[in-house]
Amino acid sequence: MTDSKYFTTTKKGEIFELKAELNSDKKEKKKEAVKKVIASMTVGKDVSALFPDVVNCMQTDNLELKKLVYLYLMNYAKSQPDMAIMAVNTFVKDCEDPNPLIRALAVRTMGCIRVDKITEYLCEPLRKCLKDEDPYVRKTAAVCVAKLHDINAQLVEDQGFLDTLKDLISDSNPMVVANAVAALSEIAESHPNSNLLDLNPQTINKLLTALNECTEWGQIFILDCLANYTPRDDRESQSICERVTPRLSHANSAVVLSAVKVLMKFMEMLPKDLDYYGTLLKKLAPPLVTLLSAEPELQYVALRNINLIVQRRPEILKHEMKVFFVKYNDPIYVKLEKLDIMIRLASQANIAQVLAELKEYATEVDVDFVRKAVRAIGRCAIKVEQSAERCVSTLLDLIQTKVNYVVQEAIVVIKDIFRKYPNKYESVIATLCENLDSLDEPEARAAMIWIVGEYAERIDNADELLESFLEGFHDESTQVQLQLLTAIVKLFLKKPTETQELVQQVLSLATQDSDNPDLRDRGYIYWRLLSTDPVAAKEVVLAEKPLISEETDLIEPTLLEELICHIGTLASVYHKPPSAFVEGSRGVQHKRLPGSAGSGESVESPDTGTAAAVASEAPPAVIPSQGDLLGDLLNLDLTPPTTTGPPPPSSGLQMGAMDLLGGGLDSLMGDESEPVITSRDRLGGDLGGSPAMGTGFGATPAAMPASFNAPVSSGLDDLFDLGGGVGMPMGAYSPPKTVWLPAMKGKGLEISGTFARRAGVIQIEMTLTNKAMSVMSDFAIQFNRNSFGLAPAGPLQVLTPLSPNQSIEVTLPLNTVGPVMKMDPLNNLQVAVKNNIDVFYFSCQYPISMLFVEDGKMERQVFLATWKDIPNENESQFQIKDCHLNSDAASNKLQGSNIFTIAKRTVDGQDMLYQSMKLTNGIWVLAELRVQAGNPNFTVSLKCRAPEVSQCVFQGYETVLKN
Amino acid sequence: MIHSLFLINQSGDIFLEKHWKSVIGRSVCDYFFEAKEKAVEPENVPPVLQTPHHYLITIFRGKLFFLSVIQTEVSPLFVIEFLHRIADTIQDYFGECSETVIKDNVVTVYELLEEMLDNGFPLATESNILKEMIKPPTILRSVVNTLTGGSNVGDMLPTGQLSNIPWRRAGVKYTNNEAYFDVIEEIDAIVDKSGTTVFAEIQGVIEACVRLSGMPDLTLSFMNPSLLDDVSFHPCVRFKRWEAERVLSFIPPDGNFTLMNYHVSSQNVVAIPVYVKQSINFFESGSCGRLDITIGPKQTMGKTVEGLMVTVHMPKAVLSVNLTPTQGSCTYDSATKVLVWDIGKLNPQKLPNLRGSLSMQSGAPKPEENPSLNIDLKIQQLAISGLKVSRLDMYGEKYKPFKGVKYVTKAGKFQVRS
Repeated sequence: MTDSKYFTTTKKGEIFELKAELNSDKKEKKKEAVKKVIASMTVGKDVSALFPDVVNCMQTDNLELKKLVYLYLMNYAKSQPDMAIMAVNTFVKDCEDPNPLIRALAVRTMGCIRVDKITEYLCEPLRKCLKDEDPYVRKTAAVCVAKLHDINAQLVEDQGFLDTLKDLISDSNPMVVANAVAALSEIAESHPNSNLLDLNPQTINKLLTALNECTEWGQIFILDCLANYTPRDDRESQSICERVTPRLSHANSAVVLSAVKVLMKFMEMLPKDLDYYGTLLKKLAPPLVTLLSAEPELQYVALRNINLIVQRRPEILKHEMKVFFVKYNDPIYVKLEKLDIMIRLASQANIAQVLAELKEYATEVDVDFVRKAVRAIGRCAIKVEQSAERCVSTLLDLIQTKVNYVVQEAIVVIKDIFRKYPNKYESVIATLCENLDSLDEPEARAAMIWIVGEYAERIDNADELLESFLEGFHDESTQVQLQLLTAIVKLFLKKPTETQELVQQVLSLATQDSDNPDLRDRGYIYWRLLSTDPVAAKEVVLAEKPLISEETDLIEPTLLEELICHIGTLASVYHKPPSAFVEGSRGVQHKRLPGSAGSGESVESPDTGTAAAVASEAPPAVIPSQGDLLGDLLNLDLTPPTTTGPPPPSSGLQMGAMDLLGGGLDSLMGDESEPVITSRDRLGGDLGGSPAMGTGFGATPAAMPASFNAPVSSGLDDLFDLGGGVGMPMGAYSPPKTVWLPAMKGKGLEISGTFARRAGVIQIEMTLTNKAMSVMSDFAIQFNRNSFGLAPAGPLQVLTPLSPNQSIEVTLPLNTVGPVMKMDPLNNLQVAVKNNIDVFYFSCQYPISMLFVEDGKMERQVFLATWKDIPNENESQFQIKDCHLNSDAASNKLQGSNIFTIAKRTVDGQDMLYQSMKLTNGIWVLAELRVQAGNPNFTVSLKCRAPEVSQCVFQGYETVLKN
Repeated sequence: MIHSLFLINQSGDIFLEKHWKSVIGRSVCDYFFEAKEKAVEPENVPPVLQTPHHYLITIFRGKLFFLSVIQTEVSPLFVIEFLHRIADTIQDYFGECSETVIKDNVVTVYELLEEMLDNGFPLATESNILKEMIKPPTILRSVVNTLTGGSNVGDMLPTGQLSNIPWRRAGVKYTNNEAYFDVIEEIDAIVDKSGTTVFAEIQGVIEACVRLSGMPDLTLSFMNPSLLDDVSFHPCVRFKRWEAERVLSFIPPDGNFTLMNYHVSSQNVVAIPVYVKQSINFFESGSCGRLDITIGPKQTMGKTVEGLMVTVHMPKAVLSVNLTPTQGSCTYDSATKVLVWDIGKLNPQKLPNLRGSLSMQSGAPKPEENPSLNIDLKIQQLAISGLKVSRLDMYGEKYKPFKGVKYVTKAGKFQVRS
C-alpha cells in the first residue's frame, strides 16, 4: 500500500468526497482523509476549500494527525485569515502541554501562519517558550522570533523579543546558541544598521565554545557570524584562528568554506613573519583541494571561491595545479571554472604541464570549452614570458587542425601575443595568412586584419590581402570595418607608392557610404591627418602601442577585498558585492578586510564602497581582452597632431600623401595663387565632391595653411548644405545626454541618451557603454505604454556585440502609433532594454517640444476663433524667468522647435506674440507670450482643450528658450 | 534561507513542492527550465541561477532535480549540502531516491521535509533522530497501524536531539555486538596517450557499521596515519585527539555511517593498478576507423583486479562497431554513442584485448576529438594508498564485540586519453 492511492479520484468530485471523509467519526478515516488532502497539496492542487473541515480535526491527541493538520494550516492560513483564528485556541493550549515536543511544535507552527491577527495571540506563548526549561523548545522559539519579525518587525521590537534573543546567545545549550545566532543574523540582514549582533570578546568566546558542540548547520551560522567580527589585535585574531582551524576537517563542505572565510579574513591581521601565519597558509590548501572531489554542484561553488582566494593569496594553492585538470565528464560549468583557475596558477614552474593539458582540451567536443582553452593558451603566453614560444608553436599546431573555430580563436589570441612581444614571432604570419578564407567570425577577421596592417611591410601581398576584404566592406561588422580602415592606412603609410588607390577607396567607403558615426569619424580623422601632415599621421597611426597587461579579468582590489569577506555566499559565486544584486537588502553594509596591526579603520569606507566598487569593476589597467579596436583611435585622441605648418617636403612618404591629394599639396608649396584652383578642382573632382573633406578641413581651420582658405570655405558650404544629414541638430532643441541606466543597475550596461526631432522624425539617441567584463549582444528595446503612444519604429540596431569598455551610439526613430496610457508626469517614458545578460528597466522624460509637428502653424482667423472658443478656465499662465532674449530672437528660437508665431502686437513697449503648436496626437496648443523689453521675465499664457498638457508645454517653452 | 523546494523529474514535471515561508508560485521554475533547455544535458544545468526576484539553487541526483528557491544572500554550499542531505534521507528511508518512491511515500516525504527545515533553517538532519520522529515505512508497521490505529510519528522528543552526542540514541541494545569498518579507496586519475600519469589522487572513505549496546567509546588507530593529506570526520570524532595522537576516538552513531573521508593527493606517488594500450584511429577516407585496446596489470600489489570495465564515449559520427573481445562482452549503444566493454577479472597470463573496426556515417568529416576511455575496476583486500588499520579498542562497555576491517580499491574518475 503506497501513498499513490491518495491521488485516485472518484467521479463525484474529489473535494466533495474528502469533505465527507474529514467529517467522519472514525479516527482512522479522518487521518487518511487528511493525508489525501496533504498529498493533493504537495502536487500544487488547490484544496483550500476544505479549510474548516481540516481545522476541525486539529483537536486530537494523535500526534501524526495533529502534525498533518498543521502542515495544511501553514500552507493555507494566509488565504483564509478569518478561519485561521479558529486554530488559535488549540495553539495556545498546546504551548502549555507537558510534552516539550508538542510545545515546540505549537510555537513553530504558529510562527509559520503568516496572518496578522494570529501574531497578536502568538506573543504571550512565544515569550514563555523563549524561557522554557526545555532547550528544544527554546531553540524552536528562537527561530520563531525571526519568523515573527518577518511578518511584523515593529511588534517584535515593541515586545522586547530581540533582547531575549540576544540573551539566548549566552544559553547553556549550544543548539540554542546556534539558532539564536541564525535568527539574529537573519533579522540583522533586514536591519543592516542595528547592532543586533554586537560582538565583543565575551560573546565571541561563547560562540567559539558553542561552535565545538553544535550541529554542522549551527556551526555554519556561528562561523558566518564570527566572520563579521573585527578582532582587537593580532593576538586575539590568532587565538580565534586556532579555534576555528579544526572546522577545516569537517565533512560538510559549507562548514569548511565558512571556516576558510573566517581564516582568510583574520589572517590579514597576522604579521607575515609569524610562524603561525605560515602554518595557517599550509593548512588552508588540503581542505580546498578536497572540496573538488565533492559533487559537481559543490565543486562549482568551491571553484568560484577558489578563484577569489588565488587572486588574493596565490601562495596557498600554487603547488596544487593538477587538481584543476579537467576530466572529460566534468559538467561544462565545472570545466570552464577549472580552466580559469589553471591560468591564474600558471607559472614558469608548471607551464609545461599546463600547456600540454590545454592542448588536450583544444581537441575536446564542447565548442565553448575548446574556445576557452585556446584563449587560455594565449593568456599563458602573455603571462609567462618564457613559455611564449612554446605557446605560439602549440597554437600553430592547432591551426594545422583546420578546425574552423579553433583556427579563429587561435588567430585572435596570436594577435594579443604580437601585441605583447612585438617583432618576435612574425615568422608565423605566413601560416596565418593561409587561413584567411576560413575566417567568418568578426573578431577573428578583425584580428587577422590587424596583423596584416601591423606587419604590412613584411607581407609581400598585404595590399592584395586587404583589398580582398574591402570588396564586401559594407557587409562586415563595425569592428572589422574599423580595423580594415586602420590597417589600410597603416599599409599606406608604410608602402605609400603602391597603395594610394586602396587608401582612397577605403576612406571614401568609410566616410561617404557608411551610416556608422564611429567609422565616419575615424575616416575623417585619418583623411585630415594624411592630407595635412603625413609625418604626424605616421607618428600617430604607427605609434608605439602600450604593452598589454599580463593578467586579464583580475578583480579590482577593493572589490576583491569585499568579496573575500563574503566567501561562501552568493556574492562570491557571482563575484559581485551583495549590494549590487541582493533584493530587499536595505543597504547592505560593505565589508572590508581588516588591515594588519590596526590599520583596519582607515580602509573602511562604507559609504563610498558600492559606487566605487561597481564602477571600477573593470580593471582600469587592463586592455580589453577582445581586440583593441578602439586602441588606435585612443592613441589618436591622446596624441593630437602637433605640427601645424606646411610639412617639410623631404621624405618619400610625404610624396605619397601629396599624391593622395593630387596636386593640391604639391602646388601649395609653390605659387600662392595657383593652389586654390587646383585644390578646388581636386575636391570637386577626384574626391567626388566629398563634403566629408570639407568637414575635415572646416573643423580645424587654425591648423591650415593660409592658402587653403578657399577650399575650406567651400567645404564649409557643402557641410551646411548637407544639413542634418551629418547628424547636426537642425535647430530643434535636444537636451544633452543624461545617464538613464547606470552601469550598477544594468549589470555593467550603461545607457545614456536623449531625444531629438530631426527632419520631422522623433528619435531616441543613446550611447550604450559596456562596463562589464563580458561581451554584450542581442540588444532589443521596448517602451511601456505612454501618454503620446511613442514606440520604436524599428528594432534597435546594434549589429556587433559590444566588447568590454566599448561604447556604441545608436539612433532609433520613433513613431507615435503605440498604445497610449496617461503617465505622470505626462512626458514620462518607461523603457526596457534587453541584452544577452538580462532585461533592464529605466524611465526617462522626453522634452515635449519633440512632439510639436511641423504643420503646427494655425491660420490667423482660426487662431482667433479657437482662442475665443476655448473656455477661460482652460487658460493657464506661467512665468519664465531670466530669459535674456528679445521677442524676435525668442520667436526664431521657438520656431526651430515648431512653435510658430502667428501674430505680433506691441502694446506699451510690451511685445505680445501669439503662437500655436500642434502635438503629434493632434492636440492644438495656443499661446500668448508677453515680452517686456529690458525685462528678463516672460509671461506665457497657454490655452488648450486638453489643459493637462499645459504644464508640460510650459516646461517645453522654458527649455527651448533657455538653451 | 531556503524558501521553497521543488522536485522536478527529467522531463520537467514538478511532482512535489514544499514551502517553508510563504507560497511561491511554480512559475519561478520557468527560469530553471529555460536553463535546462539551454544546457541540453541535465548534468550541465548550472547549479546557481539568478532570476529577477529569487535565486535558484539546484542539484541533480538520481535523475531528479532538487530545486530550492532562495530570496536572500545565503551560502550556496549550505543549500547544496542540505539538498544532498534531503536526497540522502529519502534514500535512507525508502532504499532509493526516485520519482516513483517519492510519489509512493509522498506524505512521509512531506513530513520529513517539514521536520528537516524550519523557517528555512535546518532542524533535524541526522538520520537517527529523524527515524525516531518519523518511522520509516515497513510492511509490518503499516499492517499493524491499520489494525491498531497507531501512527508513524513518534510522540516523544528524540533523545539525541539536544544531548552533546546528538548522533546517538540512548538505550541501544544488541544481542550480537559488532563493529565493522570498510576502508574504500577510489583512484581518480588521468593517464595520457603515452601512458604517463598526468594526475592521480586517492579519495578514501571509511564506512562503518556499528551495532554495539550502550555507550561504547571506540578508538581506531592506523599503522601509517601520516599518509593522509586531508581528512574530514563524522562529527562524533574527537578532533583534538586526532591532532595530538593521530587516532580516531569517538562514540559511534548506531548503525551505518561514514566515519571519515580522506584524501591522498598527487604529492604522494599514487600506484596505478592497470595500464592500457590503445589506439583509436579514424581514417580520412572510407568513413571507418579502427580500435585496438589491451589492458594489463601494472601495480596491483599481488592482488587480482576484478570488475574491469572500459567505457568509451564515441564521436557522434560513429554509427556502429564491429569489435571482438578476447574476454568479456562488448556492447555499443548507437543512440548514446557509448561503447562498453565488460571484461571482468584480469588474467595477467592472458591479457584481454578488444579490436575491430568502427563504421561511420558516410560523408561525415573525420571526427576532431579523440574519445577518452573510462576505466572501472575493483581490487579486494587492498587499500591502494597502503593505509592500514592497526587496532580498534572499546572503552566504556564490558562486553567483547566482534570486530572487522575490510579493504577495497575502486576506480573513481579513472580516464585514459587517446
